[in-house]
Amino acid sequence: MTEETMTLEVTRYRPGHDREPRTQSFTVPNRKDWVVLDALNHIKDRIDGTLTYRWSCRMGVCGSCGMMVNGVPKLTCAAFLRDYRSGPIRVEPLANFPIIRDLVVALDDFMDKLRRVKPWIIRAVEKPVSDGEYLQTPAQLDAYKQFSMCINCMLCYAACPVYGLEPAFLGPAAIALAYRYNLDSRDEGYRLREPVLSEAVGVWECTFVGECSVVCPKGVDPAAAIQRSKLAGATDWLLSMIMPWGSRR
Amino acid sequence: MATRKTSEPFWWLLFAAGGMVAALLVPVHLLVHGLAVPLGWTSISHARMLALAGHPLVKLYLFALIALPLYHWAHRFRFILEDLGLRGLRTPIAILCYGAAVLGTVATLWVLWQI
Amino acid sequence: MTVPRVERPGLFYPKLPATWWLRNANYFRFMLRELSSVFIALFLVVFLVQLHRLSQGPGAYAAYLETLRAPGWIIFHVVALAFALYHSVTWFNLTGVVQVVRLGERQVPPRLVAGASFALWAVVSVVLLWFLLRG
Repeated sequence: MTEETMTLEVTRYRPGHDREPRTQSFTVPNRKDWVVLDALNHIKDRIDGTLTYRWSCRMGVCGSCGMMVNGVPKLTCAAFLRDYRSGPIRVEPLANFPIIRDLVVALDDFMDKLRRVKPWIIRAVEKPVSDGEYLQTPAQLDAYKQFSMCINCMLCYAACPVYGLEPAFLGPAAIALAYRYNLDSRDEGYRLREPVLSEAVGVWECTFVGECSVVCPKGVDPAAAIQRSKLAGATDWLLSMIMPWGSRR
Repeated sequence: MATRKTSEPFWWLLFAAGGMVAALLVPVHLLVHGLAVPLGWTSISHARMLALAGHPLVKLYLFALIALPLYHWAHRFRFILEDLGLRGLRTPIAILCYGAAVLGTVATLWVLWQI
Repeated sequence: MTVPRVERPGLFYPKLPATWWLRNANYFRFMLRELSSVFIALFLVVFLVQLHRLSQGPGAYAAYLETLRAPGWIIFHVVALAFALYHSVTWFNLTGVVQVVRLGERQVPPRLVAGASFALWAVVSVVLLWFLLRG
């Protein structure tokens, strides 16, 4: 019995050797239940052990296997071979990021930006543990829940032409997470995040292409978070113009 | 840069106001003044148009109708140019775009003043 | 201005070409949406000239309307109208995304906000038409 096959056109880049990335074709079994990540694992195990890529959970939670599949940012653990008919399937590293090796991109820039927006609950005064939890109603949870689903997979950055053109742009996920904590009824950190968001390369750099929200595998809507942050920032600004003496939130 | 940091919300508010005005009002005016009247589907006499445009409230309306979408244009056009790769020239582009909108605002005031 | 990024040796830094907006349909629609502002602004400039001619007397006004009858101007206005409608549709759709409306504790679904915007657009357009075309 001859098994059906699929051709994968995979980006290869060896630091120190290659001036720029090149493409290498691999033929892998085309199994109905295989995802692109399975095909990459097959290549690494059976064909070329030097192929380098990131993965971990294999179930769309860890956010480490994001790559460009036929030019679209995807979690390769959720991109089934059968959805690409007879192929070939182009597998490239996430767009807009520096390539370290093969399909592995540098995360430093995103990690720095994530840290800058302080994506954690900030309290003016922490209450002692003995005083119990910070309670929240279901409606208060609903206000931010959607934005808390982010798994930091960076597909939104790969989909964002503004980030591709301006690497200093704070970007979709970082802003969505800042917004998530700003919306949290337990959080009091708005004023600490505001200076980072209100920079020119913060929310104002975004032109609302909207592709970040299209590619998000978790249904987060970073584009909405950014535009709403603009509206909040502009309202703040207007209030500070009308009432310079007034206190900002 | 401190100046850009503080001026972005200002331009964005003008952009948003202009975008709203353009979305709500421009299609009808375009249909009437750009197509229906020139093609003779309907006619608005000079006297009636003049009487309309001469009313202070209508002038205020016309000012908002024309001037605000100019800032909507300026904002979007500025980013179109930047998105097409002219990032090295962002400051001159911003000055040219918003400057053109300001000039347009002055021209609108002048024309409405004459009516 | 932003500080240029420091490129680390050994890494490959991809450059996004100026033609990125031809890469997928959403990018292209985005560019059309942004470009609509150009046609809207051009129409408003033409309209401003029309108002200027209006103030110069019936002769000047009639002559300008005659100019606008030329095929080139008609084509321009048809194209501009298409872009203006595209702007309205995209703008009201996105309004639902940007503007959070709350009723009590609940957030009104963005689709409903967009729907209300479209309804407002329809009402305003009809009122305007009536105002311009009566008598």
